[in-house]
Amino acid sequence: MLSYAVFSGITLGGMYALVAMGLTLQYGVSRIMNLAYGELVIVASFAAFVLMTSAGINPVIGLLIFIPASFALNWAIYRILLSPLVARAKNRGMLEVDSILATFGLLFIVQGILLVWFGGNYYSYDFMNGAVDVFGAAIAANRLVALGFALVFGLGFYLVLTRTRMGTALRAVAVDPQSARLVAIDVNFAACFAFALGGAMAAVGGVLVSMFLTFSTSMGVAFTMKALIVVIMGGVGNMLGALVAGLILGIAEALVATYIDPGLTIAVTYVIFLLVLLIKPSGLFGRTVS
Amino acid sequence: MQISSRLRLATLAAATTALMSTAALFGAQAQETYRIGYAISKTGPGAPGANTSTIPNYEMWAKEINDAGGLKVGDKMIPIEVVEYDDRSSSEEAVRAVERLINQDKVDFILSPWGTGLNLAVAPILDRAGYAHLAGTAVTDKAPQLAKRWTNSYWLLGTGEQYAVEMVKFLEQLKSDGKINDKVAMIAVADGFGIELSNAGRDALEERGFELVYDKTYPLGSQDLATIVNEIKSLGADTFVAFSYPPGTLGLTEQARVLQFNPKIFYAGVGTAFPLYKDRFGADAEGVVSLGGASETDPKIASYIERHVAFAGREPDRWASIVNWASLQSLQQAIERAGSTDREAVNAELAKGGFDTILGTYKPGDQNFWQVGQWQDGKFVGIAPTDMEGAHDLVFPKPDWKGAQ
Amino acid sequence: MINCILKPDFIKPVFLGAVIFAALAFLPSLVDSYYMSLAISIVSFAVLATAWSMFSGPTRYISLATVVFFGIGAYTVAVLGEVLPFPVVLVCAALAGTMLALLVGFSTLRLAGVYFVIFTFGLTELVRQVVSWYEVNVTREMGRYIFLDITQNDIYWQLLTLFAVLLLTGFILGRSRLGFALRIIGEDETVARHCGINVTRVKVALFVLSAVFMTLTGAIMAPRWTYIDPVIAFNPMLSFQVVIMALLGGPRRLLGPLLGVIPLTLLFEVLTANFPNHFSIMLGVTFMVIVYLLPGGVIGLYEKYRTPQKASPSNGHSKTEEKTA
Repeated sequence: MLSYAVFSGITLGGMYALVAMGLTLQYGVSRIMNLAYGELVIVASFAAFVLMTSAGINPVIGLLIFIPASFALNWAIYRILLSPLVARAKNRGMLEVDSILATFGLLFIVQGILLVWFGGNYYSYDFMNGAVDVFGAAIAANRLVALGFALVFGLGFYLVLTRTRMGTALRAVAVDPQSARLVAIDVNFAACFAFALGGAMAAVGGVLVSMFLTFSTSMGVAFTMKALIVVIMGGVGNMLGALVAGLILGIAEALVATYIDPGLTIAVTYVIFLLVLLIKPSGLFGRTVS
Repeated sequence: MQISSRLRLATLAAATTALMSTAALFGAQAQETYRIGYAISKTGPGAPGANTSTIPNYEMWAKEINDAGGLKVGDKMIPIEVVEYDDRSSSEEAVRAVERLINQDKVDFILSPWGTGLNLAVAPILDRAGYAHLAGTAVTDKAPQLAKRWTNSYWLLGTGEQYAVEMVKFLEQLKSDGKINDKVAMIAVADGFGIELSNAGRDALEERGFELVYDKTYPLGSQDLATIVNEIKSLGADTFVAFSYPPGTLGLTEQARVLQFNPKIFYAGVGTAFPLYKDRFGADAEGVVSLGGASETDPKIASYIERHVAFAGREPDRWASIVNWASLQSLQQAIERAGSTDREAVNAELAKGGFDTILGTYKPGDQNFWQVGQWQDGKFVGIAPTDMEGAHDLVFPKPDWKGAQ
Repeated sequence: MINCILKPDFIKPVFLGAVIFAALAFLPSLVDSYYMSLAISIVSFAVLATAWSMFSGPTRYISLATVVFFGIGAYTVAVLGEVLPFPVVLVCAALAGTMLALLVGFSTLRLAGVYFVIFTFGLTELVRQVVSWYEVNVTREMGRYIFLDITQNDIYWQLLTLFAVLLLTGFILGRSRLGFALRIIGEDETVARHCGINVTRVKVALFVLSAVFMTLTGAIMAPRWTYIDPVIAFNPMLSFQVVIMALLGGPRRLLGPLLGVIPLTLLFEVLTANFPNHFSIMLGVTFMVIVYLLPGGVIGLYEKYRTPQKASPSNGHSKTEEKTA
């Protein structure tokens, strides 16, 4: 029982982390509090659904299309919609308020378009639901794939950010865009790149999640909120933090469902989140902000 | 100054719109239409439900009547004109939209919103304004009291208790035949519907000598229920009952399939009777039990399903859709029988009942539809009440999961 | 306090406000119940957005906990509505709101920026989950029925009174020592601390005050819906709407939020009435337009175009507004 709870908690947590990683890049590096993030996750879910049901194309293969497409889309969003806000913002607080308002508008536009195309119905399809035996616990293959992606991304990006030039530049922008400019980093490019990369990761999350969750056009907000919780808890801009925070929440949910009461699973994630914030206000791996 | 002129502009804009709709109203009445209004959850958490069991029926109903030339009122044919709003799944929006339908659009009849909460929110307003209320998607144990409180209201889906009790009666028969043991594992979604059904189910099960080996709830919106299924699997219950909502229903089924948890009776709540379920699980839907059901051999029902597919591009669900359609058929006949579009005359006819619908002779609020149904050969057939005409035998025990691809 | 009240720059706006509110009280005899429901919507958002700004304007904390208090108020009515007379129920709601606000205030106000935003959002979900769990496991009844004989007009008058009290409170606060302390905190917290202001206590006091008005709004609105469950009572959308309205209007002045509430409520209404199938898209586009074209909110526009001497006395609101600023 315990081992099953832990394994299913890990897969659940992997999903949370996967969905949150793009947002931590967008918010951490580009400083855009993107409330439309979950809608972009859902767009990818619908795209995967269409590809799977109408063309029979395997969603994992489909990622080869979705990742560049989403990267381009988010690049355009940043260039057209957000860079004017970044340019006019006098300080971080102003940009935060402006980006909240603007992406709130974007949220409704994306949701409205999805609604016109797909209607408000539930969607779900059957893919890779076969059971895989993991140390005696039967776990659906699609969840393992999602967990695998989360681990690879989490660790991979952590290494890229800490060990490469590009990563160092991104981190510099995250810490202090003004000073980053002084050392010849193209701040605008870096922010745009991070935003687009975050969007591409949102698409990966959306595609993988659509393999095992029932989704509808109105579910984007739920993803945004879950992602925000993970991002804040892990420490803004920290990929490893998002991975750890996601796993903690997933395992806690599974343990509570098994040993206490499944009715409290959502409550417990918020209790943990609030406790972490109260004890360590900048998140598990966050730098202390002045 | 800038603001005040801007404010004035906004007020002006609102006033103009109001005026325009009033103008449209006069224009409309000149050509004699029957104005049907509804506010429904096109967006927000209620949208998937409304899109499954209500919206396509409203749209198809209006289209079919207009294609036939309109409602036959006396010796005239009056077409239907629809005024629709999106209540965004919010009680406050629903209240205001219905006020708008009554006072601004001055519609002749108002169709119900989706869900228990919103139907209750608009019920007092409809009652006060003298509109009948065919509450098509509310399940509440207070249904009988509500019908008394608001005399022109009809609570079409009845109480949560009736579904739970009918199901438990059915289980009792199986137990006394020695087909299932006395252990039942029950799970419910923590929402009005799930709690009413599980309360009634718990009492009914205990009264009939069942042992509840698992009795918990899960939060609304949660789809990851693998740990619950895993725990239940080890408890040795022959019967699994979930009073769940569609995302949970699909999640539970999927996780039961992954874990090869195959109880003799697998009952899962709202969503099983949705076409989505069959599309999702294919042959594995076989034998799954839920609330609702349809007598698909009945030519009227078969024709309804066929028209629904042609109109909406998908099948109707086999529970609320059918009841909603019967109520819409009743409304049409009430207007035609009254021979006038006068609201009170129509309301009086509605109250008389005796309409010829896909549920047979029907009066809104009758509970003469299937309370328990089961997927059998790709059809969601009715199995209880067992004394209803056309009741199918239960496929027992539930066949093994064939497994995912 | 006394000599402050006797000053003409205190009496004039208060008198003007009293006249306007007295006039507004006659609205129900002039318009039909659709316009009344629209008026209720405007006044309720006006109370929420003004109460929100009362705390968030000077402190710059963006709180998404509005609906927590609103929902607590609504639930108090659902639980006690048929047991106690309505005014007593309102008092209980205010007490419940105060308790919760004290608890939240003291534990969270040391969080800064976005951490506070997300914390308050998490709080909404937590409270909703806890209420759900309590109803499921303790009362075993999810969803409560409110059958009270309270008409739409009663609700309107109650909200109007609440709004008048709120504005008066805000007005007096703006001239009190507490208000002065707040302005200093708003400018620079460190300076405030050096002036000997107990920053935390001031912030918590304000948070509680703002929460009480939100709670009362929820309590007054609840009888309108007949049925309350946690999803209806704690709908996070409400918190967002309030923030947007207040930010659009300008949260740093007493009447600023009202300037966001009125146009946005009317806009929502026009869009809902005319674009039932494209509401989301229209709303989103409007939002974007506002953000790009009205960077400082309506009040920013006002300040930009205001003549240096004095605003024209043609509009009572803008006048009072200027006075209180």
